[in-house]
Amino acid sequence: MIYSLCLLLILVGLYGVVASRQTVKIVISLVIMQHGVHLLLLLIGYRDGGSPPIVDSTTTLTSFAGLTVDPLPQALVLTSIVIGLGVLALMVALCVRLYDRYGTFDVTEIRRLRG
Amino acid sequence: MASNIQVLIPLFVALPLAVSLLIQIVARGRPVMAEWLANATMLALVLMTCYAIGDTGLYHMGGWPTPIGIDMRLDALANLLLLAVSLVGFAVALYSVDYMRRFTARGHFYSLFLLMVTGMNGVILAGDLFNLYVFLEVAAVASYSLVAFGCAHEELEASFRYVVLGSLSSALILVAIALVYGITGTLNMAHMAGRIAETGMDAPLLLAFGLFICGFSFKTALVPFHAWLPDAHPAAPAPVSAMLSGVLIKAIGIYVLARLVFNVFGVSESELGLLRWLGILSMVVGGLLAAGQKDIKRLFAYSSISQVGFMVLGLGLGTPLGLVGALYHLINHSMFKSLLFLNAGAVEYATGTRKLKKLGGLNRALPVTGATSLIGSMSIAGVPPFNGFWSKLIIILACVESGYYGFAAVAVAISIVTLAYQLKVQRLAFFASLPGAMQNLRREPRLMALAMILLATGCIALSFAVLGGLRDPWLIGAAQEVLTAGVFE
Repeated sequence: MIYSLCLLLILVGLYGVVASRQTVKIVISLVIMQHGVHLLLLLIGYRDGGSPPIVDSTTTLTSFAGLTVDPLPQALVLTSIVIGLGVLALMVALCVRLYDRYGTFDVTEIRRLRG
Repeated sequence: MASNIQVLIPLFVALPLAVSLLIQIVARGRPVMAEWLANATMLALVLMTCYAIGDTGLYHMGGWPTPIGIDMRLDALANLLLLAVSLVGFAVALYSVDYMRRFTARGHFYSLFLLMVTGMNGVILAGDLFNLYVFLEVAAVASYSLVAFGCAHEELEASFRYVVLGSLSSALILVAIALVYGITGTLNMAHMAGRIAETGMDAPLLLAFGLFICGFSFKTALVPFHAWLPDAHPAAPAPVSAMLSGVLIKAIGIYVLARLVFNVFGVSESELGLLRWLGILSMVVGGLLAAGQKDIKRLFAYSSISQVGFMVLGLGLGTPLGLVGALYHLINHSMFKSLLFLNAGAVEYATGTRKLKKLGGLNRALPVTGATSLIGSMSIAGVPPFNGFWSKLIIILACVESGYYGFAAVAVAISIVTLAYQLKVQRLAFFASLPGAMQNLRREPRLMALAMILLATGCIALSFAVLGGLRDPWLIGAAQEVLTAGVFE
């Protein structure tokens, strides 16, 4: 169920990328899609009622593996969010520069390249 | 020996990364220093690659053993790709010294350039999928900003399309990585291969595989996913185009595809069939569209799509001979396509235009560009005895050997189309008579000429690789064995 909601979020983002005409809306749609992927990644490591993956003096390897949620996807998502931030900054900068040059955010008017 | 390699493997990534940051710190506003630093780094990478040829190694980051830590893996296939990246990168760095004089913020250019090299080396050496994804993004983000480097209308527009499609494909790849991690419980490619070999391909794995193919086909610009390439590659400054078409689409596209298909998922006939059709489609569509182009760089960009089709067709055959052809064509293409883009850059540098109709007779005005572009054109068109002839011959022979006579015929036909559009470039730009307005052209600067001569020499040198025999050319035979050995141990 909750997996399909993630998928829905990804598809909403994808639809936005394909259907919007404004560069800024395309960027926002991409971010929505990225976060859908991040949630999916987190869900894969999630376990109902699991404890936080913190090791103290009383945990053994088996109790750690048996009780906690998987910490690896969390690390991956953190990395991926940072990458996403970098790409977002670049995209927004491009939008601003495009607005400077073309005077519009409308992708149907930003059309010098053909063929 | 082993310990030396242990030091070298992380340096392939760490050295360009460190220098790119160093340029930002010490060489701000001092572009000459940035030039020196970047060129020295690329030269060091070439030497390191030459030293590492024939060696294999496994490096554990931070000394953590495999199931916990992150691996970097050097093998014969990685060697081949590293060689392509560092040789082309070195020539491009030399070329940029003169070419980039017209641009501002040259320090940033060299930083981004080295970051792109970092990303590609990282992808080539990565031993686990997530690390591969991170380095892929490093290379991709650097290339997005390099495409927009000129900040004119076309460049920004091309870069925006490139970013949107690039992020889309990265998201697909990340979903695929998440799925594979959920199924196999590991990110290490060797472990993953073992688990997949045990369980076989089930429906979720097949979905992940499909997402990988889509994502990396975007990065490689195979035909249904190619829309960004003909805009992005010509819009970038010439040295960057050479890097993008010459090595980026191979290091973060074809290389990863080959690794995943052959070494992680294990091959099956239906998957290979998919690759074959993608290859044929790119070959035909790219080739025919290239023939109709009027802009010299755009023509070369479409030609890249077509040539990449040859490589993917070779991979899709799955036979040792097909793989040899694909890998041989890969390294050949990295030499002659970057050479041709540098030639196009030299033409634009001297004349200020890329329109084929306005050019002519440049053999007299730009002798080095004319001569090297003739070598590049003949190589890519597959005229014997140049390197492109041998790799295309091997791919076509492999098609015949596997019984795909139709594919072999298409490959021959597209080779002829390639020859036709390369002759069109030669005839319109370099032969015929010089237009009146271009009588007093200055020659190409010395370093630009040197870079082009270097790559042309590379083209000629690579034709001798075939002396090792059609089935086992020098350096490429070993790389092919990595793929045919099947899934990682």
